[in-house]
Amino acid sequence: MIKETFPVEAGNMTAAGDVSARIKRQMKQVGIPASVVRRVSVGTYEAEINLVIHSLGGHIDFEINEEQVVIRVVDRGPGIPDLKKAMTEGWSTASNEVRNMGFGAGMGLPNMKRNADEFSIESTVGVGTDITMAFNI
Amino acid sequence: MANMEYYHSVRLDPEKCRGCTNCLKRCPTDAIRIRNNRAAIINQNCIDCGECVRVCPHHAKTAVTDPLSIIENFEYRIALPAPSLYSQFPQVHSAEPIIASLYKMGFDEVFEVARAAEVVSYAISRTLINEDRPRPVISSACPAVLRLIQQKYPSLLENVIDIMSPMEAAARIAKEEFSKKRNVPVEKIGAFFISPCAAKLTAVKNPIGTETSAVDGVLAIRDLFTQIQSLVKGEFTPLEIERASTVGIRWAMPSGEADAVGMRHTLCVDGIENVKHALEQIENNRFDRLDFVELLACTNGCLGGPLTVENGYVAKSRMNAILRHTPDRQIQKSEIFENAHVKFRMTTEIEESDALQLTGTMKERLEKAARIEEIEATLPGLDCGSCGSPSCRALALDIVNGHATEMNCIFKLNERISTLAGEMVSLGASTRFSVGGNRDETDLEDPFAQEGKE
Repeated sequence: MIKETFPVEAGNMTAAGDVSARIKRQMKQVGIPASVVRRVSVGTYEAEINLVIHSLGGHIDFEINEEQVVIRVVDRGPGIPDLKKAMTEGWSTASNEVRNMGFGAGMGLPNMKRNADEFSIESTVGVGTDITMAFNI
Repeated sequence: MANMEYYHSVRLDPEKCRGCTNCLKRCPTDAIRIRNNRAAIINQNCIDCGECVRVCPHHAKTAVTDPLSIIENFEYRIALPAPSLYSQFPQVHSAEPIIASLYKMGFDEVFEVARAAEVVSYAISRTLINEDRPRPVISSACPAVLRLIQQKYPSLLENVIDIMSPMEAAARIAKEEFSKKRNVPVEKIGAFFISPCAAKLTAVKNPIGTETSAVDGVLAIRDLFTQIQSLVKGEFTPLEIERASTVGIRWAMPSGEADAVGMRHTLCVDGIENVKHALEQIENNRFDRLDFVELLACTNGCLGGPLTVENGYVAKSRMNAILRHTPDRQIQKSEIFENAHVKFRMTTEIEESDALQLTGTMKERLEKAARIEEIEATLPGLDCGSCGSPSCRALALDIVNGHATEMNCIFKLNERISTLAGEMVSLGASTRFSVGGNRDETDLEDPFAQEGKE
């Protein structure tokens, strides 16, 4: 089993994507099936960008066991007030600046859910958001 | 020609190799190690991109191609010049004298690969219009890129267009036409690709997407250069062959294929490192509106191929001049265009390669991966290459696979020597102390220990 934790800094677009790239490289080296790698990559990339753009910072935990790839994304806030809305495709609170960079199309959370085999999200305003995505190998 | 042991065409000349780290650091698939002061290529990881051939200051890296004498194996010989050949000769701004020179060299026929490129463009276009394919559709023309995708981006193999390369299509069309025209059996005709590319010989000997190749030999532009150069200025009788148009000749340059395919949203990426970045982003679904992407391992596309003679930018500028002298007519849709999308469709699937993966059961692979992480964390992280592996992570992999030890790292070795030296000094000092017993206090200090404290 591989288990790793990567911190993600809020607002640092320069490093955005580094964590998902590392996770992808790790999966490929282990020989996780290509279709799974693709789904994890899309989900993790979305999650990482979300952390950078929307959160106050947090971390991504990554685990590969013999059955699953598990990605847990935890941030320190601000938390999502209306989860149901946030899970709707096209809904976004991203600033124009971020949208101009090609992000914030409101596809992040729905995309993560669609790509994962198991998806759970918990969020408390003022505390933070905790997302777990599991992908069957 | 088939040989099961044959993996790839890029080779090392050990006489010329000095064991420097230039190629080591530039290989896009980490396929090189320096061992015993010489570079060594890990055969199954090499994609024949030719990056090391270009970067080696000692010219110790070469790409194997066939000698011109190979054409003597066939009664009838067809030259298949890559369009990049036209850009190689100073002061020559037309393809005609170059094509004429090939006839003078003893070829019975010259079939421009650019003509086949037009057919392939049409076939790709038809396929994309008629069939729903995962977007972006990825070009299959660059053999080094195909091998890169097989190894590093296998989830994108379903995006690769399953149409043969212009070289392969050219050999098939040329032989068929020649056989009909001269009424000779196809077996007696040899088709020889004149190549800017290190990966094409591999593509002929170990084809991707077809059982066998119709190409009978690959000749390097740089091997034929002087001979063509000496013939190109001479008089020649006007050519009687059907010529390629600008559409096909542009395939030698970046965006040539993407433009010819004629989809709405296209992109061209050249240079192997750039190609890797683009593939990463395709894998992350970051291209939201892209129909077709042309990926070229060499900067400046085939004009920058490692088997060319001319600098890629000089070639590009000359090619622009040649294109201005080429009639910009529409593709002449002869009968070879009919059913091209069926006729030149690949016949075998492009398979994933596990060359870069760890070996063993899932449990073993996970254990190895965890150990690689552990070892990497203890290494200095400078990626200096002095150990002979391209990065600290690659050294960690080599250690786990039993191909290296931690002591290959010069920093680790240095540390170890310091510790050992320190032990020796104190051992020696304590011995003398007990025997002689009259030494100054300062002599006991370990000079290495102080360094370590800083």
